[in-house]
Amino acid sequence: MELLANLALGFDTAFTLTNLLYCLAGVALGTLIGVLPGLGPVATIAMLLPVTFGLPPVSALIMLAGIYYGAQYGGSTTAILVNLPGETSSVVTALDGYQMARQGHAGKALATAAIGSFFAGTVATFLLAVFAPPLAEFALKFGPAEYFSLMVLGLVASVVLAHGSLLHAIGMIVLGLLLGMMGTDINSGLPRYTFDLPELADGISFVVLAMGMFGLGEIIRNLEHEEVRSAMVTKVAGLMPSKADFRRIAAPILRGTGLGALLGILPGGGAILAAFAAYSVEKKISPNAAQFGKGAIEGVAAPESANNAGAQTSFIPMLTLGIPSNPVMALMIGALIIQGIQPGPMVMTEQPALFWGVIASMWIGNLFLVILNLPLIGLWVRLITVPYRLLYPAILVFCAIGVFSINNREFDIYLMALFGLLGYVFAKLDCEPAPMLLGFILGPMMEEYLRRALLISRGDPMVLVTRPISATMLALAVVALFLVLSPAFRKTREEAFQEEE
Amino acid sequence: MSAIRNPKDFWAGLIYLGIGLAAFQLAQDYEMGSAVRMGPGYFPKVLAGLLGLIGLLALVRSFLRPGEAIGRLAWRAALLVLGATALFGLLVRGAGLALSLFVLVLVSAYASRQFRWRPTLLLALGLTVFSILVFSKGLGIPLPLWGSWFGG
Repeated sequence: MELLANLALGFDTAFTLTNLLYCLAGVALGTLIGVLPGLGPVATIAMLLPVTFGLPPVSALIMLAGIYYGAQYGGSTTAILVNLPGETSSVVTALDGYQMARQGHAGKALATAAIGSFFAGTVATFLLAVFAPPLAEFALKFGPAEYFSLMVLGLVASVVLAHGSLLHAIGMIVLGLLLGMMGTDINSGLPRYTFDLPELADGISFVVLAMGMFGLGEIIRNLEHEEVRSAMVTKVAGLMPSKADFRRIAAPILRGTGLGALLGILPGGGAILAAFAAYSVEKKISPNAAQFGKGAIEGVAAPESANNAGAQTSFIPMLTLGIPSNPVMALMIGALIIQGIQPGPMVMTEQPALFWGVIASMWIGNLFLVILNLPLIGLWVRLITVPYRLLYPAILVFCAIGVFSINNREFDIYLMALFGLLGYVFAKLDCEPAPMLLGFILGPMMEEYLRRALLISRGDPMVLVTRPISATMLALAVVALFLVLSPAFRKTREEAFQEEE
Repeated sequence: MSAIRNPKDFWAGLIYLGIGLAAFQLAQDYEMGSAVRMGPGYFPKVLAGLLGLIGLLALVRSFLRPGEAIGRLAWRAALLVLGATALFGLLVRGAGLALSLFVLVLVSAYASRQFRWRPTLLLALGLTVFSILVFSKGLGIPLPLWGSWFGG
């Protein structure tokens, strides 16, 4: 019955007028961002982080979380109606969703996405409430060696699940770790890689890094193949799926939810991988396999459920272990630290209202999403017609003001521009920026834990393999690496991501 | 240059190797320490070495395995977008928020191939007013509307 007490506390916290408003603001902003193509959740959350600095931690986190799962949801609207996935995880939804819309079933596709997302969101909220406490309790037994090994495992897993070249994914992680070394060393007080610049004494702000790489870099990339977007929007009619439809989508929604929830917990996966995987699975086992890609309702139900479930369960490692599983969670960790909260298993016991409040708000937020999206669909559709040439200067304005307001200095603006260039160049070289942000956040933590582990063991590095939990995690990391290098797995991995091409 | 079969691998490898070597060189000044008490140089040196190694691997691979060409770089867009951003940094204190935002929108909008004067001017005006209302008035971000050049 502790679960009920916890949830009660959570709903108590989330149901205040202020928090409800921030939740609504978050999901509305998220939907907006999801609908507008060319603006991802990472850049958006980085952009809006400075705005939340002044809020109480619970409200800030509720709003940021709302932006994240709201964006997952909003992305599906454009994917279905105009074949423009506003968000990477909606790429798969576009495959069948747009075909359905072309055949006059736009309403049905949208409703399916809404039902699937809401169901997945509800289940994922429950999973979060059930599994977070034991996991956090388990994590409390962790010493520095376990934490170090867990982070190694997390980074390796994010490589396995990332798409693109493995070598480049590892390279970007190491580069991120190295960038995380910039600033004053906590143990010795020595400035590292600061080039004698006082602005770098505290290291690079992750907001500057994220906005540069994911915001500015992305803008330049979009301008490369800018095209006149046709505003041909299909008319939305006949919202409710029929009984027969319900029978067709029930199992895919269940499978999508399960798969998404599982993949969301794993590092590097999150919503994007969940959607791809769920689609591939349905395509393999569905009796209507031939219809896939031609407007199969299952092809909308499964990935939409999966990406929403994944978006939500990716909060589990972030909230219980203090370890981000994807770049958005890395930003959330940054937000927590700025709010003066040390992320980790202690959050649950020391900040129960925050912890359970955020979880409860997710369920409320999912409800808001259904209300916001189905009746207001026309409003969002009109937003799609905003041309990119008017959109990206606005994004730049928000980035510039946001970055400047963190420390009130021009240096951060220049640094952001530099990372924008770096982000663009890396994108051209097929080097994903996401692993770099993970490495950047984890770098200082890993160094700190390794130092402490070695200090306790009197310099014996064997401590990492003699402690059972730590050894298990390192062994898993090694297995994962070997798996990635094996040709058979490589093929499966490429297949799982091929839908994107 | 025809020996390079994968230009993406080649350039990424070169960047990794360059950064790795530079980071290693800079870390020479930081104490290594012992395993019991890791000095500030320990972790960075290991990472820098690792990055250099990855760069080397990518370089070697670029001569062995074929890959796609990099494709045209959008230099004009990059220059205008990043330049507009830097210009905002240069202007924000002296000219103030209003003018620097206006310039930011104007210059960056020029990067689009579908640039047109009238909508851009309207957009710049609208965004400037909106931002001032929301950020300066609403959220109270301490920035002068008119900078020190105008006695703001």
